[in-house]
Amino acid sequence: MLRHLVRFVLSLAALLVASFAMIHLIPGDPVRAALGPAAPVELVAARTAALGLDRPVLEQFLVYTGNLLTGDLGTSFLTGEPVSEVIATRLPNTLTLAVLATVVALLAAVPIGMWAAIRTENGRGRGTEAAFGSITGTAVAVPEFLYSIALVTVFAIGLGMFPPAGKAGPESFVLPIVALAVGPIATIARISRVETLRELGTDYVRLAKAKRLPATRLYLRHVLPNTLTATLTMGGLLLTALIASSVLVEYVFAWPGLGLKIVESITQKDYPVAQGVILVYGAIVLLVNFVVDVVLGLLDPTSAIKET
Amino acid sequence: MNISRLSVRFGAFTAVDEVSLEIGPGRIVGLVGESGSGKSSLAKAVSGLVPYTGSVTGAGRVQMVFQDPYASLDPRMRIGESVAEGLPRMPKRERAGEVARLLELVALPAELAGRYPRELSGGMRQRVAIARALGASPGLLVADEITSALDVSVQGAVLNLVRSLRDTLGLSMLFISHNLAVVRYVCDTVAVMNKGRLVEHGPTEEVVADPRDPYTRTLLASVPRLVR
Amino acid sequence: MPRTPSAIVSAVLVALMVVLALIGPPLWGEAAERIDAAAIMQGSSPGHLLGTDNLGRDLLARVLVAGRYSLLLALAATAVGAGIGIVLGALPSVLPRRGARLVTGLVNALVAFPGLLLAMFTAVVTGMGARGAVLGIGVAIAPGFARLTQTLAASVAGADYVKAARMLGVSRPRILSRHVLPNIAEPLILHLTQALGGALLGLAGMSFLGLGVQPPDYDWGRLLFDGFARIYLTPEVAIGPALAVALAGIGFNLLGDTLARRAARTAAPGAPVAPPPAAEASEPVEGAVLEVRDLTVAFPGGVTPVRGVSLTVRPGEIVGLVGESGSGKSLTAAAIGGLVPYPGTVGYAGLRLGGRDIAEMSRKEVGTGLAMVFQDPMASLNPALRVGGQLAEVARVHQGAGRKEARRRAVDRLGHVHLPEPEKQAGRHPHELSGGMRQRAVIAMGLMGTPQLIVADEPTTALDVTVQRQILRLLREVVDDSGAAALFISHDIAVVSELCDRVVVMYAGRVVEELPVERLADGAVHPYTRALVASLPDMETDRSLPLASIPGTQPAPADVGPGCAFAPRCALATAGCAQERPPLTPYGKAHEVACWEAP
Repeated sequence: MLRHLVRFVLSLAALLVASFAMIHLIPGDPVRAALGPAAPVELVAARTAALGLDRPVLEQFLVYTGNLLTGDLGTSFLTGEPVSEVIATRLPNTLTLAVLATVVALLAAVPIGMWAAIRTENGRGRGTEAAFGSITGTAVAVPEFLYSIALVTVFAIGLGMFPPAGKAGPESFVLPIVALAVGPIATIARISRVETLRELGTDYVRLAKAKRLPATRLYLRHVLPNTLTATLTMGGLLLTALIASSVLVEYVFAWPGLGLKIVESITQKDYPVAQGVILVYGAIVLLVNFVVDVVLGLLDPTSAIKET
Repeated sequence: MNISRLSVRFGAFTAVDEVSLEIGPGRIVGLVGESGSGKSSLAKAVSGLVPYTGSVTGAGRVQMVFQDPYASLDPRMRIGESVAEGLPRMPKRERAGEVARLLELVALPAELAGRYPRELSGGMRQRVAIARALGASPGLLVADEITSALDVSVQGAVLNLVRSLRDTLGLSMLFISHNLAVVRYVCDTVAVMNKGRLVEHGPTEEVVADPRDPYTRTLLASVPRLVR
Repeated sequence: MPRTPSAIVSAVLVALMVVLALIGPPLWGEAAERIDAAAIMQGSSPGHLLGTDNLGRDLLARVLVAGRYSLLLALAATAVGAGIGIVLGALPSVLPRRGARLVTGLVNALVAFPGLLLAMFTAVVTGMGARGAVLGIGVAIAPGFARLTQTLAASVAGADYVKAARMLGVSRPRILSRHVLPNIAEPLILHLTQALGGALLGLAGMSFLGLGVQPPDYDWGRLLFDGFARIYLTPEVAIGPALAVALAGIGFNLLGDTLARRAARTAAPGAPVAPPPAAEASEPVEGAVLEVRDLTVAFPGGVTPVRGVSLTVRPGEIVGLVGESGSGKSLTAAAIGGLVPYPGTVGYAGLRLGGRDIAEMSRKEVGTGLAMVFQDPMASLNPALRVGGQLAEVARVHQGAGRKEARRRAVDRLGHVHLPEPEKQAGRHPHELSGGMRQRAVIAMGLMGTPQLIVADEPTTALDVTVQRQILRLLREVVDDSGAAALFISHDIAVVSELCDRVVVMYAGRVVEELPVERLADGAVHPYTRALVASLPDMETDRSLPLASIPGTQPAPADVGPGCAFAPRCALATAGCAQERPPLTPYGKAHEVACWEAP
């Protein structure tokens, strides 16, 4: 537990340094790059001074860290809005989407994977195995922005069943969630199948079969709990991956989340916003991983001994 | 060769606790004990595979033969290449001759040099591993449970080989096994380990017939015997 | 390569990609650049199947031409990622301990980071454009390579053959080039294929967001970016690039799957064979607890590990089933328990428990009447469930006991197998128990019902001798107390001679001799049994004589000929032995042997 906490804090520190360094790694003068070659020298100088970019690097870093601790992430080059406010209004939209998609993906994928494992145990059901392999292999290989475009074209523009863009009522969530979840469902179903197959080969499952336990009890009580560790780990990775891939989905659906914002800020060279959003993204990823580690530690009956 | 006050620690756990043991030239010393007794850690320490405190002197080069005949040969190397690994630099033709000689020493046909490990049975692989170790002209051969993965019907041949190598080459050996009957058959002296400590060491017949340590007695009483 | 549909599809798609990259620009390059002011922003038409762009250029031609650039960028990004990743992954094996840990920690942290975030970070720093996107995607796929290299190198470096090479004084670079690299190259190349597909999709994504390739250059992602802007009016203009990206992704991904399957070398099992023709149903033997008549287990491809095995176990008796690895003894046990894995098929003339066909007994009757114990006590209990709960299951499922009653019975049975403080052990998880205690718990689990038969498959092989002694004693006690009978499967004839009443010896799937245990040491007749006894060193073996051993090896289940399977290794064998198989025939009282040359 302590080990996880130390690692989490260290990673946060590294992330902080990385996000600070981002602006400084930009070749040339970032302010000049943002304002364009036509901007007057005085304006560039004034903006540079306002951002504190003319100070020694160490001092800048301390100021940056200090500001962060008070919740100050700087202000947008373009709109003058505080970055923290931008994030506060947009983050919930992104998180809702990612969390819902994760839940949908896990709920759909674990039963599919278990079913496929039971159907293909020891190489039986070769047709099922081939079909499962090709379908999931194909589903994984198509990126989420293509699903998004296809869904928009067919269900929103073509059939008019769902709104094509923006966040409104519950129906506006359907297409983005489906687009986000299809690939992960395939990935997790594969993992769930492999894990279940491994469990089905263990001696304790053989023993449970020899005891002639009913199938539901065998699968739900003996197999499922032992596959959860891997599934949960995946769930954590998945949530973070979905937060990232929501960038593309938000872009297609014009979803007012952080993803859309980061694309805008990069294209418009609005560095304070890009820096702030990437920092928040990174922090969420680290936090999710930390929580997953802790939960896994609490769930695993063998870890109680290892820790003491 | 002399092992003096050798200890192996993994973190707070002491696997081997101040063990001193002497292995005379041309002698086979058996090391018995149950799982967790520290016998394998001692073997690894003597072979230089794990860090230890204390001293190992007078052994020259130490070579080891491992338990699992399926893991100890590189699956992508021909038998001849594996056996030649321990040989000093020499011209190619001479090298092939050496490999043939080593294979003959472990009673394997020289044609085997061109085969891959997957084409060999467990007993044959174990002989190849022994031949490879012999190529380095070791001062001490450490055999770590080398027959416990083999069937009884092929075990005998490997044990006979071990004894004949001692007789013909004067090879010194540390022979580790959990099987007391095997150790009794092969070894000149027997050392018994329990919980990291050496509890008894003496000539085989003496230890088997008249064990001093209560743990040795328990161990001996537990050995399954063919009811006659 | 396996000819599954997905393997063929992937091969075709990837081949098309390569061909397109080669011939696309020379064939359609001109058409893709031809500006036509009269045909600006058109939808699909016979002249322009996929429409035209804002300068009136033909979009189909542009899609076909963009293949080369898309593929080249993906190759570049993969090269960057593989380069960085493999170096990062190899570093820990050359750096001093602290540095190694630092690099490992960094890689672990980066692996958990979504690639797109790393790519965006890089894109901010390097600015928009193809170069930035290639670097970004390269950085994004590097951690995966690093992690893979690291785990592969660590697993190979820990292998016995590398330890052996180190002890032989083989130099580090030589170990790296001769042992480590060849053994990790295959999985790395496999990962390269998948990474290439990933890079292609990642770059398409970056360009689609407007962060990658910038005009006047164009890749598929950029074409999609332009097409997407017009999706409300002419959705067909997005079809071309979208389809190209999807097909390329699918091609590489399925190719990766195919290669992975081939690398795993899992030979697909054939279809199950029809159960071997059973002899006519036999008459039940009076009073037998277990009766096996002509049991055969067959797998596809003529593999028959168990061939016509017959044996009988009577009440209160412990019968030893002895044989070496591959003799079919464990599959015999599995067949009795109904546990032969697919695609194995079981045929018999009789398989009866207490005089009744096991196949016709209810789940409850088998679940309570037959107890099984396996070799590895570490694997026989479910790590996620408490010991008491696992025991109580039988009582709850088959005997309708309530939660409390089932638990009380579980604790009682744990006490019965002499587990100290059974109440406390019942509340523990299996990993908190020692190996011997776990095996006791498994035996107790078998006693939850009212077992007629205990089938124990090498139950003491994984245990220390002192613990083995205790478990053997317990088994005898349980049999004597409960009136159950036992079938004890073992490779160790010394153990069998101590525990069992009768011994059945198996070789290459058949029973070769069955005899009372008293006769095992001196009265065995079959040359194989005699050789087994002679080759077993025990505490009385004459140390001055060489130990007996049997030349050659037991034939694999697919290679058993028509004659006596032991003939090639047998000193007494005559020419006739290899031709005709000797039947199992009585040889004195309660003794049967299958040998032509038996004295």
